[in-house]
Amino acid sequence: MREIYLDNNATTKVDEVVFEEMRPYFCELYGNPSSMHYFGGQVQKKVDEARQRVAGLIGAQPEEIIFTACGTESDNAAIRSALEVFPNKRHVITTRVEHPAVLTLCRSLSKHGYRVTELNVDSAGRLDMDELRDAVDDNTAIVSIMYANNETGVIFPIEEVGRIVKEKGALLHTDAVQAVGKIPLNMAESTVDMLSLSGHKLHAPKGIGILYVRKGVPFRPFLVGGHQEKSRRAGTENTASIIALGKACELAGQHMGDENSRVKAMRDRLENELLRLIPAARINGGGADRLPNTVSIAFEFVEGELILLYLSELGICASSGSACTSGSLEPSHVLRAMGVPFTCAHGSIRFSLSRFTTDEEIDTVIRELPAIIRRGREMSPFGRELLAK
Amino acid sequence: MWDYTDKVKEHFLNPRNVGEIENADAVGEVGSLACGDALKLFIKLDENKERIVEAKFQTFGCGSAIASSSALTEMIKGKTLDEALGVTNKEIADFLGGLPEEKMHCSVMGQEALEVAIAKYRGGPVPSHDHGHEHEQEGEIVCKCFGLTDGFLKKVISQNRLHTAEQVTHFTKAGGACGGCIPKIKELIAEVLGEQQKQEPKKPERLTNLRKMQLIQEVLENEVRPLLWADGGDLELIDIAGNAVQIAFRKACAGCASSGYTSRFVEQKLRELVADDITVEEVQG
Repeated sequence: MREIYLDNNATTKVDEVVFEEMRPYFCELYGNPSSMHYFGGQVQKKVDEARQRVAGLIGAQPEEIIFTACGTESDNAAIRSALEVFPNKRHVITTRVEHPAVLTLCRSLSKHGYRVTELNVDSAGRLDMDELRDAVDDNTAIVSIMYANNETGVIFPIEEVGRIVKEKGALLHTDAVQAVGKIPLNMAESTVDMLSLSGHKLHAPKGIGILYVRKGVPFRPFLVGGHQEKSRRAGTENTASIIALGKACELAGQHMGDENSRVKAMRDRLENELLRLIPAARINGGGADRLPNTVSIAFEFVEGELILLYLSELGICASSGSACTSGSLEPSHVLRAMGVPFTCAHGSIRFSLSRFTTDEEIDTVIRELPAIIRRGREMSPFGRELLAK
Repeated sequence: MWDYTDKVKEHFLNPRNVGEIENADAVGEVGSLACGDALKLFIKLDENKERIVEAKFQTFGCGSAIASSSALTEMIKGKTLDEALGVTNKEIADFLGGLPEEKMHCSVMGQEALEVAIAKYRGGPVPSHDHGHEHEQEGEIVCKCFGLTDGFLKKVISQNRLHTAEQVTHFTKAGGACGGCIPKIKELIAEVLGEQQKQEPKKPERLTNLRKMQLIQEVLENEVRPLLWADGGDLELIDIAGNAVQIAFRKACAGCASSGYTSRFVEQKLRELVADDITVEEVQG
């Protein structure tokens, strides 16, 4: 059974071109870039090249890029740095739909003397800008708001957020892990101070990320030790993965057009066909500006994990908005924040495509999913009227 | 992905006895859409109204909820109502070759639906865990989110020998939504442990100091630490002076807000299995 991988917001396949780029840096060119000999020096050159490639994708300067281990580390580093830089500012703003990498940290800060505001979203997943305007004040150290949501793909108006935040002198951090490579970003003309990016979401390996820190923005390192990354992130560089990330960013730039035309067309077709073929279904965040590769679709009266397991039997990999683990049977925090009705919040499925997705794969899902939903509903004590129609 | 057994997979891919029975003798319904899972169980009895000849279900829920429902209907067919009432959630899980602990509440839901169906058929008081439905409630509601009473929770704690509030959440969902009742759940666990202790006779033998120390070490190694490991915690034995045992908590237990409760649990275990005058003290070491 060949897998039909439609869970690219969870992680992506390493592009074979990217893998070839990193391959020599394990057994052959394994030097430490900090070393004073030619053997390390040649690796340093490739790390510099990777830094330029990453910077190129987001319109940044190479020296504004700090390599980290993952998106979560970048998020933690950004927020903690801002709090150290402004020891007298004790207020943090984020959103209710943030990734746990930010949300868990903020909730932990709120137990350590910080005031944390979690902004609400509307039923389409859009940010409440008036609430942001009211919340930000002179005491706000940092505003951390994701560029695009991982579950629904809803894109937030980060530049508009930035204009509001700047008026009060706070720093703006954005977790752009889902956005980078899918939509164009340009830090040269942006109000963003810090930005997180993760390699494994754009066909680089797991275990590599970056934190972009705008030139002139004060920064305190999260990891201290050696002088790597200009003393902004200690620890020997993950050279092979850094080189891979550079290549992946270069390729992402080249494929950006494809992502927003061909991939988007496949996503739209999947969405429209499923809505046409399956009664009582709705798109989560359907009314908002969304990433071109993501669709979160809710089916009433059927439970998400069951749908995933039946899809998995056919080799189709997707993810659900709810995690059916014991008490947290509650739907995802994102769908709850959007007020998705509980009749369908438990039955939400996310398909996330990539440039490797094919039309045939989308055809298979369109062919198989209606029967799976019907089967789940037939087993359910609810929604019998729905089937009778 | 969940580590489901082949039997669980087989039962959610090919569930037995899905559907409804038109002239069912007994129907039991638990759960709701809001809870995230629900089960409606139909039972048909033989002519003498003695044995179950047919059982069917409709379930809204995840893979293990479907598999548990399927297993339950297979298990109770041919049984008398009293025999069927004896089916525990643990037996449902065992029938399936085990369920991940986080999914044990699916098996509990099967047991609940069966109790409700039989109670309604017999016309007696309907068990209190019939969440979200208008029936008599027995006992005091502990978990307001899922409508679970102290009586029901104590039964599950006792039958499955649960030791932590997290386990109770996995088995019943209690405490999994707002979390407001977790302190009360911890009290219930302590109560059940206390009752079990009374029922199990203590060791009458007179212990030499050496033997007592050996026993304490054995109990900590075999009975206590494995439970703590399961929650990412650990403890270390620091000293034994007479009946006073000093321990230090490690890993997740160190600095845990409920370590006082854990000390009490260790003390109860040692009193139960070694000597009833042991005291346990937590020290920094």
